[in-house]
Amino acid sequence: MTTPQTSPTLLKPAKPVGIVGYGAYVPRYRLPAKEVARVWTGGKGAGLPIKEKAVPGLDEDVITMSIEAARNAMLRAQIDPHELRAVWVGSESHPYAVKPTSTLVAEAIGAVPNTQAADWEFACKAGTEALVAAMGLVGSGMGHYAMAIGMDTAQGKPGDALEYTAGAGGGAYIVGPAEESLAVINASYSYVTDTPDFWRREYQKYPEHGMRFTGEPAYFKHITEAATHMMEAMGTTAKDYKWAIFHQPNTKFPQRVAGQLGFTPEQIAPGLLVPVIGNTYAGAAIIGLTATLDLAQPGDRILMVSFGSGAGSDAFDITVTDRITERQSLATKTQEYIARRTEIDYATYVRYRGKLAMR
Amino acid sequence: MEIPRHWRLKQQRYGLVGEVCPHCDAKIFPPRDVCPNCGDEAKTLYTFSGKGEVFSYTTIYEAPSGFDSNAPYTVALVKLEEGPMITAQLTDLGEQPVEIGMPVEMVTRKMRNDGDERGLIVYGYKFRPAWNMPQG
Ligand SMILES: [Zn+2]
Repeated sequence: MTTPQTSPTLLKPAKPVGIVGYGAYVPRYRLPAKEVARVWTGGKGAGLPIKEKAVPGLDEDVITMSIEAARNAMLRAQIDPHELRAVWVGSESHPYAVKPTSTLVAEAIGAVPNTQAADWEFACKAGTEALVAAMGLVGSGMGHYAMAIGMDTAQGKPGDALEYTAGAGGGAYIVGPAEESLAVINASYSYVTDTPDFWRREYQKYPEHGMRFTGEPAYFKHITEAATHMMEAMGTTAKDYKWAIFHQPNTKFPQRVAGQLGFTPEQIAPGLLVPVIGNTYAGAAIIGLTATLDLAQPGDRILMVSFGSGAGSDAFDITVTDRITERQSLATKTQEYIARRTEIDYATYVRYRGKLAMR
Repeated sequence: MEIPRHWRLKQQRYGLVGEVCPHCDAKIFPPRDVCPNCGDEAKTLYTFSGKGEVFSYTTIYEAPSGFDSNAPYTVALVKLEEGPMITAQLTDLGEQPVEIGMPVEMVTRKMRNDGDERGLIVYGYKFRPAWNMPQG
């Protein structure tokens, strides 16, 4: 009999791996939080959680948004799509209950048919979960390249606190051998427990949250444990990282957890996008990293920690390589998507998000 | 229900995949296996860049069934960079007015539900105003 492993253990592939291409996507429309407050609280929205959130157009969903992010990742990786051995999409808003998002994305980017394809689910960390799996596939030598996407079009119940923040966006990563990478993933570490903080039952349109569980025992506990164990195992402190990205359901949570872990506001600034695009759920940490990579320099070390309700966190220790400079401009940058902005009112939002019952 | 047709057309619809003539190098869309330029057989697949410009356009207010939830929307004749002219919806216009000669780029979007919301979701190409396009 062996003793169960109870000490924190890094997830490190046998062969070193890294990111060879990445791409973001944010839809064009923005709903200001004060517009939600105007409708539901008569404009008395003291201390709104964000400035505004990104809203997808009538013809957009997780499939179309993943396709665009995937195409951006392909532009930066400059590889043949037939070399991808996996196309994995993590989301909590897959358009179909049954029929994969991933096969359609794989078809659209020309990766079919000799590839793995699957949809991942784990609330807001479905995307980083796919990323860890991609590290495993490439790091074991089963495939040369694997694509991992985190993308969401989050929905909040009209008038609910989540409606202010539930945004849309995400990113795609192509994982490959470290020697071809624009950023090497040194290791990842995952920390999960069964926690009743947030859920959505089958056939329910909107999620529920277990009020007192959302903060301390869920978000803060899991992110802190994941980040602390990761840094202990790597022999690092906050000062060793140039940048850090934490899951961002609102503006305050990532700011607070970063401070508790010893990170400065400057370190999290490039990846803190929630004030201007909202909480993109499975895309949130993921797109924070695309925005950070857009301005990273060779040698920069990055810590990314996701969080998914239910609950768990994946932490990643990443070092940017010399290849970053030549690939940053090969596709549209995250901030360029954010700058492409058309403000809408609550009525237009209601129509775009299918909240109008036509019959 | 047109499931077989949706399935057959998926490549050209999702990725703007047409053909290139091996004899005269003409780019062909939609694919028809015969070159409209020289009349020879042309079956080599070719993925278009997705870049083009608006040749002409009209706005649809009374949409055909299946498209009504998107109305009003703009349909354009788009002249692709590689030559062919295709009809497609424009999207992501925001408050931007459409103009003849306006540069556009292909995106893959939801076209409609096949039947009602229990049916297949049909995806395909649309064009949006080109912005800040990466070179190459
Ligand atoms: Zn010809």
